[in-house]
Amino acid sequence: MEFGNSLAHLGAGIGAGLAIIGVGAGIGRLAAAAMEGSARQPQVLGEIRTTMIIAAALIEGATLFALVVCVLLALKA
Amino acid sequence: MTEEAVQAAGHAAEAGGEGAFNPNALLAEHVLDQRTLEVPFLGHVHLPILHLGPYALPITRHVVMMWIAAVIVLLVSCVAARRRARVPGRLQSLVELIVVFVRDELARKSIGHHADRYVPFLLTVFFFIMTCNYLGLLPYAATATSNISVTAGLALLAFVMTQAAGIREYGVAGHAKNLIPPGLPAWLLPIMIPVELLGIFTKPFALCVRLFANMTAGHVIILSLFSIVFLLKSVMFGVFVSVPFALFINGIELLVAFLQAYIFTMLTALFIGMSAHPAH
Repeated sequence: MEFGNSLAHLGAGIGAGLAIIGVGAGIGRLAAAAMEGSARQPQVLGEIRTTMIIAAALIEGATLFALVVCVLLALKA
Repeated sequence: MTEEAVQAAGHAAEAGGEGAFNPNALLAEHVLDQRTLEVPFLGHVHLPILHLGPYALPITRHVVMMWIAAVIVLLVSCVAARRRARVPGRLQSLVELIVVFVRDELARKSIGHHADRYVPFLLTVFFFIMTCNYLGLLPYAATATSNISVTAGLALLAFVMTQAAGIREYGVAGHAKNLIPPGLPAWLLPIMIPVELLGIFTKPFALCVRLFANMTAGHVIILSLFSIVFLLKSVMFGVFVSVPFALFINGIELLVAFLQAYIFTMLTALFIGMSAHPAH
């Protein structure tokens, strides 16, 4: 069977989905921990919020690595 | 490599339906660097090519956007710093807010003493990236930081500053010795040295790819949402799904533009701090 580039496109789609599962689970856990921490100690809410945003941006940065690989696969001519 | 692949896909699909809507061509035209500048009322203006000796350097859209960002940063900084009044005016207060934030929270906390040496570089990086990111959200403009060459240049600067900070404090030999954490059992050395050497290069690489991917992803999502409307040829879909989602993503882009500038600056300050004053 001739597959051509179809497997590359399929890989790109599955890869993007897996990457999103990873980042959704990770940042979800992060947000849950932040909310629990600020519920226990409301006076550190500001610091928790800043740290949460920084950590979320870093996790998202790692995810976008995976996304760049998927885009390279999807754009194979 | 990516650019050629996208443009090849765009041309191939263009040849298919004459006059049919082509999402690949739309994405290629708006996300990739072009040699034309889109000016309102004048359409596409072709940009010149600079000839320096044997090199031909075409001026592209992203280059023009970087120049505009540089001029904006220069003007705002110079005007804000001009009067140095004891009771600052509004622009000076605003700029001072950000400057003090970068100096205290980012530089002094991460770098410790001698932090003030690196503050001008960190401020330049922060303001330049933030201005480039926000300029990309305006109509007719392009995001310079969505070009991997631009972010690679910024990451290269961060790399040079990190190594320079370490070499300045400890000398070349001392900086190389700082790679190895003290108190390490000798049998771990063959693993630690390659890992640390790789780490020197992966950290700026991550800075580069993070900024590039964040800036490109936002625009690609918005363009894709609008492309769906034309592919489905449905007005209802456009009104109730595409435009609200695109508006929402644009709002997120406002936050992401500032956040990515902040993350780049914070990580650069952290790396400079780790280089100049290793916590070991």
